[in-house]
Amino acid sequence: MQRVLGLLIAQLASIPLFAQTDASELEALKAAVAEAQSAGDNAWMLVCAALVLAMTGPGLALFYGGLVRKKNVLSTMMHSFIMMALATVLWVVIGYSLAFGEGTAVIGSLQYFMLNGVGTAPNDTYAGTIPEYTFMVFQMMFTIITPAIISGAFAERMKFKAMLLFMTLWLLVIYYPMAHMVWGTGGLLGGAGALPCFDFAGGTVVHITSGVSALVCAIYLGKRLGYGSEPMKPHNLVLSVVGACLLWVGWFGFNAGSALSAGAIASSAFVATQVATGAAVIGWLLVEWIQMGKPSMLGAISGAVAGLVVITPAAGFVSPQSSLIMGFIGGIVCYFAVVKVKKVLGYDDTLDAFGIHGVGGTVGAVLTGVFASHSVNEALPEMAGLLDGNGGQVVNQILGSLLSWVLAIVGTLVILKICDIVIGLRVTREEEIDGLDLTQHGEEGYSLDA
Amino acid sequence: MKKIEAILQPFKQEEVKEALKAIGITGMTISEVRGHGRQKGHTEIYRGQEYNVDLLPKIKVELVVPDSRFDEVVAAITSAARTGKIGDGKIFVYDVADAIRVRNDDRGEEAL
Repeated sequence: MQRVLGLLIAQLASIPLFAQTDASELEALKAAVAEAQSAGDNAWMLVCAALVLAMTGPGLALFYGGLVRKKNVLSTMMHSFIMMALATVLWVVIGYSLAFGEGTAVIGSLQYFMLNGVGTAPNDTYAGTIPEYTFMVFQMMFTIITPAIISGAFAERMKFKAMLLFMTLWLLVIYYPMAHMVWGTGGLLGGAGALPCFDFAGGTVVHITSGVSALVCAIYLGKRLGYGSEPMKPHNLVLSVVGACLLWVGWFGFNAGSALSAGAIASSAFVATQVATGAAVIGWLLVEWIQMGKPSMLGAISGAVAGLVVITPAAGFVSPQSSLIMGFIGGIVCYFAVVKVKKVLGYDDTLDAFGIHGVGGTVGAVLTGVFASHSVNEALPEMAGLLDGNGGQVVNQILGSLLSWVLAIVGTLVILKICDIVIGLRVTREEEIDGLDLTQHGEEGYSLDA
Repeated sequence: MKKIEAILQPFKQEEVKEALKAIGITGMTISEVRGHGRQKGHTEIYRGQEYNVDLLPKIKVELVVPDSRFDEVVAAITSAARTGKIGDGKIFVYDVADAIRVRNDDRGEEAL
């Protein structure tokens, strides 16, 4: 950076010395400025990519791992960790191409198969100031955490082999098309698409799709043995607290990084993320305190994740004041989804992937249509959301969410059916009783005789 | 010889150990156990899901003493462990047929 600045000063100092500025020197100056911006943006985006990876491991692995019974801690952590490998490989082979290749309104193409043509040169369509490698690897981290979120719904009872096939198909059938529709060139839900939706960091792509798919999984697989009659307390909330804190930190990479540069929008998204999360914790705890008599640590971290989910589509589009309201509403709505709706409907979403990500994601998507503002982000139309006087955006947001719900429900059902026929989804009764750590992986998280 | 098996409140562990040490009893085995007698448990709530926890954490102190010292040992334990509330625990006593020291084959009270 200093070298670049030095070059800049040298260039500027040289200008008055020559009455006629050499055109080539001007070019050099332009290149130096661009290089300086690229260096700054790239440094930030690489850090963000690493932060988003840390959301899955250790973040989500700890968060989910602490919430299950101790006989399933490793298998649950494995669900997150294996995605760090599986989704990486799939992304390189075909995922990046299907999501960001030039294709139809629904899916990309094979132009970047095996990252063919992807290199250090920026891709001006998506992020003109950073190497395409950086953009590609940043987006890769999103494809890692999204399926990992779903695993919360079938924790403690799904065969590992079936889980691998399910995740592979899920990325191919649901994630890549969805990412293309929202972010890809010519995507249906993108700014130039037929149904423009605002989704800053992936509220629809990541959270609605994963959360709704989670619900389908929970219902399709059925309840865990003894659900409702045996105690299924979280075995180590300390792990979950640490995990949730790491999720919170990593989420700055997720949201502020979605600016794809280190500029003002990144700051705006960073602030919105922090503010909404704080408000959501307070919202969740307040209702819990009133309803249950005590404010719990688990409630506090659940509220935090809910707030992070709700602000994801909106960060970078909304003011801190709007973020306060969005977070607070999100915390309260997700509380009722997790504590009340689940009980009424009777499904066993082990770790509440739907109640927090599905419901929070939808609330966030709709509220983004309300609070998105041109004054926060000039890339938005003059009249962005309802507050700007464009009520139609709320309708767009609802339709966009609806589309992701439908895609997630239908796609997940088909995939589950295939996995069920080919492999079988659930472990046997005996295996479930003995725990997945021992029966699927041949090891134990906590060994008394070690 | 008598074996004393005392199920006590975990927070009384140090006081009981001190009381036994004070009357010259040094050997004992303590384990963390869970159980309940007349004491009711408590309710824990996780994301709205209520769990009744009726097996509560206790400690189990086991020691074997000569008949001659039995009364003072029991008295030391009860006075150290008593709070007067439900949940203080119970002491069970067994006759012991024999004791053997592994190191040198000492038998009976010699081995204690």
